[in-house]
Amino acid sequence: MVIVMVKKEMIAMLLAGGQGSRLGVLTAKVAKPAVAFGGKYRIIDFPLSNCINSGVDTVGVLTQYQPLRLNSHIGIGIPWDLDRNIGGVTVLPPYEKISSSEWYTGTANAIYQNLEYMESYHPEYVLILSGDHIYKMDYEIMLDFHKANNAEVTIAVMPVPMEEASRFGIMTADERHRISKFEEKPEHPQSNLASMGIYIFNWKTLHKALLAMAEQPALDFGKHVIPYCHQRGVPMFAYEFTGYWKDVGTLQSYWEANMELIDIVPEFNLYEEYWKVYTKSEIQPPQYFASDSVVERSIIGEGTDVYGKVYNSVIGCGVTIGRDTVIRDSIIMNQTQIGSNCELYKAIVAEEVRIGDHVALGVGEEAENDVAPHIYNHGIVTVGEKSVIPNGIRVGKNSVIFGVTTSVDYICSCLPSGRTLIKAGEHQ
Amino acid sequence: MRAIGIVLAGGNNRRMKELSQKRAVCAMPIAGSYRSIDFTLSNMSNSHIQRVAVLTQYNGSSLHEHLSSSKWWDFGRKQGGLYTFTPVVTAENSNWYRGTADAIYQNLAFLKSSHEPYVVLTSGDGVYKLDFNKVLEFHIERKADITVVCRDMEPGANLERFGTVRMNEESRIEEFEEKPLRAKSNVISCGIYILRRRQLIEMVEKCAEEDRYDFVRDILIRYKDVKRIFGYKMRDYWRNIASVEDYYGTNMDFLKGEVRNYFFKQYPDIYSRVDDLAPAKYNVGASVRNSLISSGCIVNGVVENSVIFKKSYIGNNCVIKNSIILNDVYIGDNTCIENCIVESRSTLRENSCFAGENGHIRIVVERNERYTM
Repeated sequence: MVIVMVKKEMIAMLLAGGQGSRLGVLTAKVAKPAVAFGGKYRIIDFPLSNCINSGVDTVGVLTQYQPLRLNSHIGIGIPWDLDRNIGGVTVLPPYEKISSSEWYTGTANAIYQNLEYMESYHPEYVLILSGDHIYKMDYEIMLDFHKANNAEVTIAVMPVPMEEASRFGIMTADERHRISKFEEKPEHPQSNLASMGIYIFNWKTLHKALLAMAEQPALDFGKHVIPYCHQRGVPMFAYEFTGYWKDVGTLQSYWEANMELIDIVPEFNLYEEYWKVYTKSEIQPPQYFASDSVVERSIIGEGTDVYGKVYNSVIGCGVTIGRDTVIRDSIIMNQTQIGSNCELYKAIVAEEVRIGDHVALGVGEEAENDVAPHIYNHGIVTVGEKSVIPNGIRVGKNSVIFGVTTSVDYICSCLPSGRTLIKAGEHQ
Repeated sequence: MRAIGIVLAGGNNRRMKELSQKRAVCAMPIAGSYRSIDFTLSNMSNSHIQRVAVLTQYNGSSLHEHLSSSKWWDFGRKQGGLYTFTPVVTAENSNWYRGTADAIYQNLAFLKSSHEPYVVLTSGDGVYKLDFNKVLEFHIERKADITVVCRDMEPGANLERFGTVRMNEESRIEEFEEKPLRAKSNVISCGIYILRRRQLIEMVEKCAEEDRYDFVRDILIRYKDVKRIFGYKMRDYWRNIASVEDYYGTNMDFLKGEVRNYFFKQYPDIYSRVDDLAPAKYNVGASVRNSLISSGCIVNGVVENSVIFKKSYIGNNCVIKNSIILNDVYIGDNTCIENCIVESRSTLRENSCFAGENGHIRIVVERNERYTM
């Protein structure tokens, strides 16, 4: 009897379970990989598109935190051509077992809990990705590098400014790219090559390491698995990536990365033919501009109606911007409705928000946020998804609104700079 | 729905002038993001028709490319599917489709192998939304043999390229004139029919025996006194695009709020092939007024009262007025376009001017070398 064995040379495991708490209310109801980006995309579209563009057609997506939006976005993988008879995309949430049922406690623990999934494809190599970076990368070239060096582990790295190096996992590599030293967030970095959280493992090496380290609490690649391999003298190589790569982990970096897209020829170009980024497009009609609208230095998604004025902004799909409303330096996500005569400055407005008429966001003097100044800063106003802001409200800088608000929630129709107004509970 | 769909998409039309040199009328781009046939296919899908055949003949490659995957209209199912049938040479037949009835006759196997009792037979060049279930209800209630979807036209409208009908008070069609020079009625046939599958097989076989090939002339008109043919009046938006004026007018209709609202914001949706283009981008110097812009466009100039289709590039200091720019057009700097339809994949040189004179719409087809960044 012949047993037909499914075999894939390289499969990808995409870590998409993180909350991304530094994005504040943007991730209150959705996992960070499902946050909208660049007008019509979600962050996870970038690694998923990279996979299919690199010829990786088997992708396990590990989900945990608020997975609903992510699940419905991924579906069976049609937008990325990952709807396959063999392989394709599989969403892998934590599950109950006979003994030791647990959540995913760390990045490597999540992979460990899905050894069976990986085993079923009999891979030679496993690509570990995270679902919260904006970049275009050909993983096939990285695999060629991995093979050429007879590596067992290859870590994608990129040079970062030396003064920022202590925020990253830093690799020191010799001239043949072999990693001689690995330090997680070192105080005195010896190199500026930062790990991008993208790894290629030989399946056997990964399998062995995960089994050996299984008991480690909160098993993490950067903290445990990579040091473990390093100590045992496993051949580890650093693959240097020089293209655009952005970790959009904070509101400031998220805002900046969006704004970079509106440059004349952006460093990160979405208009290239040969490396397309795919996403689930529910809204298809063209966008409409009314007779007295103005638009400059902006990108705008499908089906959006602009009656007002838009400058330096990134607008999603199905948005309505009312008459005489002015939007500057802002990010407006899908399906949000903004009334007439509003002013928005440096605002991040999440999906399906309703903003009334004569509303001003981001006006007045700068003031530090009262609840989480490390999250809400740089003068950005953040409005969480499905929030409602009634007519005539003025909102200051570094302030946050989340939930259905009415005029009684504001004193004198005003939310001063730095204030936080959160009305959405767990079940609202 | 207990019906299969057949879309007659093979026709050419001289009234489309240069625009049909490239593609079948059914593949004409509409409203920025769609193709003409999307409306019919979406209506079928939204009416829960699962098995649809598109009969193509004239210049089908653009249409075939558009239909290369059935998933966008939700036809990619085990029970059902989207079939495209072109004329083929067989042992018995080596003819092109000699007419609409002949096209159906040459694909009788599809009809015979289906199980659904009814057939929705349509053209693919109408822009409309219609629930075929409502038409079928009417068809059954009137005990009709054939139901023709009809529509009142404005008094004085030019009906030369339509079939006109006269109905009695019970909606039974008493008179049917094909493309009359002077119409006796302002009710036209929209080219959408419902009839029993077996009835269609029988009629089409009979036609073929008598060397008759046209569905309207040889079936509808010929049988109007022996069969019960009824007219179902459609009252919402419907427009046929198969002339340059109507094509231009239909696209311009989408600049009206109520038309956009009806097609884009009200259930059910119209679906089209997904192109994975980046959001449209507006640089310094862009100014867009009363216009539709589609994804993948990069706008540096002035656009007024126009419809810009996907992936077009509009250079600095361009002025585009009252025009339709089809897919993937490159417009160099300082170019003016007024009252034009610019054919897809055209490359317009910088510092040029194109204008339709005396209220006429000029069709611009420019095949220049393109230098892109």
